Amino acid sequence: MIQNLVDGVLVGSILSLGAIGLTMAMHMLRFANFSHAELLSIGAYSALVFDGLFEVIYPALGSAIGPLSLTWALSLAIILSMVITGASAVLIDRLIFRRVRAKGGELSMVFASFGVAMIIRNILGLIFGLGSQLYSKDIVFAMAISRDPLLLIKPDQVFSLVAALIIMIILHLILSRTTFGYALRAVAENPTLAQVSGINLSRMILLIWIIGGGLAAAAGVFYGLSNQINPVLGRDLVLPIFAATIVGGIGSVYGAVLGGFLVGIASNLALVVLPSGYSPSVPFLIILAVLMVRPTGLFGEERL
Amino acid sequence: MSETLQVSGIVAGYIPDLPVLRDVSLSAQKGKITVIIGPNGAGKSTLIKAVSGLVPATEGHVVLNGANITNPRPDQMGGLGVAYIPQTDNVFRSLTIRQNLELVLRNAGPEGPARLDRLFQQFPPLAQKQRERAGSLSGGQRQFLAIAMALAIDPSLILMDEPSAGLSPKAAEEVLEHAHVLAQRGVTILLVEQNVKQALRLADHCYILADGRNQIDGPAADLLSDPVVGQIYLGGKRMAPT
Amino acid sequence: MIGLLSYLVFFATVAAILSIAVLGLNLQWGNTGLFNGGVVAFFGAGGYGTLILGGTPQADHLGGFALPYLIALSGGMAIAGLLAWGVGILTLRLRHDYLAIATFGVAVAFENLMRNAEGLAGGAKGLRGFERPLRQALGDGFTYNLLFLIFVLGLLIATYIFLERLIRSPYGRLLRAIREDETAAMSLGKNPARIRLAAFIAGSVIMGLAGGLYATFYAFISPQDVLPILTFQIWAMLIVGGAGNNKGAVMGTFLIWGAWTASGWGLSRFAPLEVQLYTGSLQFILIGVVIVGMLLWRPQGLFEEKLVVSQSGRAKHLKQQGVRE
Repeated sequence: MIQNLVDGVLVGSILSLGAIGLTMAMHMLRFANFSHAELLSIGAYSALVFDGLFEVIYPALGSAIGPLSLTWALSLAIILSMVITGASAVLIDRLIFRRVRAKGGELSMVFASFGVAMIIRNILGLIFGLGSQLYSKDIVFAMAISRDPLLLIKPDQVFSLVAALIIMIILHLILSRTTFGYALRAVAENPTLAQVSGINLSRMILLIWIIGGGLAAAAGVFYGLSNQINPVLGRDLVLPIFAATIVGGIGSVYGAVLGGFLVGIASNLALVVLPSGYSPSVPFLIILAVLMVRPTGLFGEERL
Repeated sequence: MSETLQVSGIVAGYIPDLPVLRDVSLSAQKGKITVIIGPNGAGKSTLIKAVSGLVPATEGHVVLNGANITNPRPDQMGGLGVAYIPQTDNVFRSLTIRQNLELVLRNAGPEGPARLDRLFQQFPPLAQKQRERAGSLSGGQRQFLAIAMALAIDPSLILMDEPSAGLSPKAAEEVLEHAHVLAQRGVTILLVEQNVKQALRLADHCYILADGRNQIDGPAADLLSDPVVGQIYLGGKRMAPT
Repeated sequence: MIGLLSYLVFFATVAAILSIAVLGLNLQWGNTGLFNGGVVAFFGAGGYGTLILGGTPQADHLGGFALPYLIALSGGMAIAGLLAWGVGILTLRLRHDYLAIATFGVAVAFENLMRNAEGLAGGAKGLRGFERPLRQALGDGFTYNLLFLIFVLGLLIATYIFLERLIRSPYGRLLRAIREDETAAMSLGKNPARIRLAAFIAGSVIMGLAGGLYATFYAFISPQDVLPILTFQIWAMLIVGGAGNNKGAVMGTFLIWGAWTASGWGLSRFAPLEVQLYTGSLQFILIGVVIVGMLLWRPQGLFEEKLVVSQSGRAKHLKQQGVRE
């Protein structure tokens, strides 16, 4: 039970990072982007590539940091992967979403996002193979935090959680302390007024993709650190991330953070009563519950 | 007299081939208040949205201080010295008052803090509540915050869409009074108003629109005493202009 | 010769069954503007429902009620409709993305449930114990398959005529009115939420019919038949055919199903062995490219819609977004 709770918090931090970018893009561009979770895959795989590259160039970087399986090479790779994934998100928008947006309605965007997801997922499969990969072949044993009740945590998971929390705090500071953050919030609240207040909407959309892509990349790597990396990572995470945005209320960054943790914890606690085979259905049950009780989510505004 | 804004033969609307404005021309003089009145659906708000680039104009020209600015990008209007205050939702409710002002001042560079201080001196109630969310302000205070946000860019022209809508008579009076103060300082003001009597008393020049076209225009004082205008707009028998 | 002919019958049967599902989707998306991200759940509900109701009793899972075939098929359709009612009632009054997410979620959960709940539907090994109707009289050979194709074609034509009549009726105009401009439809005193719900359920029942026929044809259904890719294939068929256009929808189905089977056959026949492992990936990319490519370059589909529909509602939506780039 306690173990499920702890695991839930760890998964939750990953879902939160994914949901922040999704909720921002969904709110701004008014479409459910089913390809967002593929950005996590792009992030996870680019980190894998850079990690390998760095270890070849500077073998010294290949040594693990403290008790972690995480190496210096991978830490650097995470940062590069955030940049690459942000750029990919912008590229996808430029190549596809922006053009579909100019042509058709919001519905076309949703369809297009499924197409994009399928293309990315399977291209990753073609490039990296359909099997699973790991950042490190070293086996890092979980530490027993307590023996009764038995509570096991891997050092990498602690690192992921702390890093995710730091990223969220940085984002919070940007939103609450900088004029750039005010501009982001202004655009989310009232795009027209934001425009006449001198905010360039196209540039804001660009920045939202970059931020969303960067956060997704971090989420993808953290997921890969505690699980494995495979091409269907996006497929497995798309529904939990959507559930997180709906729990938090579409458009709310803070809602997405809280929603991610709630979905992570609820999914893991559900395994106490449900056989583990059913875990892919749990996010759907959460979505149903929210739609029944409070469709606008925790922090969402009434919008049809 | 120098013209700050000249609008000629504007055709504009939200849907292609269904213009709200069919042919409207007007001009606004420097340091004067020009008011646009007319029945609902006449296209008053659409006109100032077309000037600020929020509604595309398919025909006609908008000239600002001699430069053609037809169909500008809305976010570049501030740079041209034009501020637009929408009728409703004209402040960011989720931001504090200070954040609202810092947001519009973010491109002011090193001058920013000084301008912020000046705005707070000008509107002491806003200074007092600067850490509160704009959503918590009363209607009148919110309108003053919107005006302060407009002034932050040091505009030569302010477009106001029904600034007195939804305000108490006292607050409406204060807001319109303030428009007068601004005009005296040399800012050109173009405003849409429902409160016709009050607007005409305040304004220098007035345009009456109906059905997307100019109907009557002239010095506000003349229109105020014009029996026909009085009959249609000033509490006489209301008839729908055709 | 008979080999080719019987393959053609097989191909035509599957394509005709899928056409029915595409017609159901067209009612939802093409005519009413509703997003269904989980076509496969309604298709599967019809399939599972039909086999459970019409199959012979099984020891290890529910069902085997051995009902007469047409009753079992109708029961499958009703189950699909019930599922649609549940999803629709929760989401249709909300923004369209909720319907998209919820229907996608239904499909994930449906497949997950069928795979795990062995007592309900046989789990991963699927549902067996179904006897194809009239099999004893007609046998399993070519004659049976030909007659079944005629049966399916009959139902396809019936569905087609039903939908054509429906969209030309005042009700059909109302559907399009809601798709174009909900506020205007509301001002006419119509309740768009209820009308959309009815259209969503009707479309899902049609998908249920397709699923029932599909399961009947193979006398078997398993979680492998209700994977998300089927939803995307059905979309691609409609997008290629042209949303809103029933004739195009059927043509699009035959075209895409033809391309899908041909590409699968071509890859398995001519591609080197190490590439064959990736046949699925290549085909999925193909479907993704068809969807995205059509939306980018020919959103009206290959076969254009005959009914002229104004684009103004859409233009207004874009304006309301306030996004001008």
